Amino acid sequence: MTDRKAETLGAILRKNGVSRRGFLKFCTTTASLMALPPSWVPTLALALEQARRPSVIWLSFQECTGCTESLTRSHSPSLESLIFDYISLDYHHTLQVASGTAAEAAREQAMHENAGKYLLVVDGSIPLGNPGYSTIAGISNLQMLKETAKGAAAIVAVGNCAAFGGLPKANPNPTGAVSVSDIITDKPIINVSGCPPIPVVITGVLAHYLTFGKLPELDQYNRPKVFFGTSIHDRCYRRPFYDKGLFASTFDDEGAKKGWCLYKLGCKGPMTYNACATAKWNQGTSWPVESGHGCLGCSEPDFWDAGGFYNALSIPIGDVSRNTAYAGAAGLVLGAAAAGLNRKTKAEAVRNHGKVSIDDLEKPS
Amino acid sequence: MSILDNIPVHIPSSVSTADRAYNTLPLLHEIRHALERLSREGESTILDLRAIPFPPGDEQRLLDYLGTGEVEAQLHALGNSLIRETRYSGVWVVEHKNGDDERVALQIEITSVPAILRAQPEDIEEGLNRLTASLSADVKEDLV
Repeated sequence: MTDRKAETLGAILRKNGVSRRGFLKFCTTTASLMALPPSWVPTLALALEQARRPSVIWLSFQECTGCTESLTRSHSPSLESLIFDYISLDYHHTLQVASGTAAEAAREQAMHENAGKYLLVVDGSIPLGNPGYSTIAGISNLQMLKETAKGAAAIVAVGNCAAFGGLPKANPNPTGAVSVSDIITDKPIINVSGCPPIPVVITGVLAHYLTFGKLPELDQYNRPKVFFGTSIHDRCYRRPFYDKGLFASTFDDEGAKKGWCLYKLGCKGPMTYNACATAKWNQGTSWPVESGHGCLGCSEPDFWDAGGFYNALSIPIGDVSRNTAYAGAAGLVLGAAAAGLNRKTKAEAVRNHGKVSIDDLEKPS
Repeated sequence: MSILDNIPVHIPSSVSTADRAYNTLPLLHEIRHALERLSREGESTILDLRAIPFPPGDEQRLLDYLGTGEVEAQLHALGNSLIRETRYSGVWVVEHKNGDDERVALQIEITSVPAILRAQPEDIEEGLNRLTASLSADVKEDLV
């Protein structure tokens, strides 16, 4: 039996009856996917022709599976072609059929057979507060990350949780959640942030690694510049309205109906770097600003604690530290913004949302 | 009469477009400049529309403006692709779809013939080998 990992991508496609013309189409769409200029297609064709499918191990820690959901919605390339043509996805406990001991054996086998060469993809943050907060097959997230990272050629932290801590890290960070780069410091790490990241950005980064065998150019947060190089604001089709001072003040006023800028409604586009304005969502159908809602800034560090989704960026976010302290003292996980509205709300919140610890959950009812 | 008809919802017949800023016009100027380069210097240009931030309806406005010309070709490789010349000769719209008929790339090519339409040397060689093999004695017997 031929080892498909040893075969080049060009050989695999030819074996599947794909013509050279079909291969050039493949290269054209891949260049578009990676945000490369069309003039790069011949270079890309040369690189892809020789590329070999890397082994990929995907670990999911404290996450909501939204990042995997996003990946499965990728249409260019589709998840199927990604798995069968681009990469060898050897472990992903949500997508794979095997579970428990068999799944862990697959991970260990992939690590052993591809030592020093496999690509490690991580979604979810890692709890440092108590290893019991998140485990897989009895192995703590911290232990699994450390042992799997050891033999990885590079790590891709997918989603805001893996890249920056994300929602689990939001104040008051009850699990002590941290990002991958807070733990692993001796491997190249690329952050593909977003909550979730755009599907084609995830696959685009994997395709880039496959094609060129190295990570793309990164920004100060270790995000690929091709996708995170410009702000949402700079690529927004509503930007001309901002420049003219034309804003929607409510979600149903005349300005909103005319498609004016959503800055006053809390749009975080000016401080958010992502590719939503051009890549869009749901197979290129639309994106938040096009649907009439401001950007939440979900690809930026600590966006959950940035002072309210509906506050304009120019409005001070208030004494967050005091509110946070109150929330912590009251044992609320709802966060500072909700708790700090007024005394009545606070009192009701305290009554309705008592703190629940692991010990409480384990008590017999 | 449906009970829903009692809900007082006002749906405007059309949103005013007077204040909207479109990318159609600047793109058309870019295409004109590229067509001029093709005409004077023979230089081809490809515009990848995935990289353009389009407001709702803008992409369709651009494609409607460019219209349909004399040539239309379909490519059946890794899904369908439609390559059509616009009413401005030398300006082509190339739309690639995947096996699920979902669009994976949309480009405007300003060139005499889009490269994807040309037969590739590897495919020509492969076709030659197949034709040579098929013209074996057995096949010839079938034909005569």
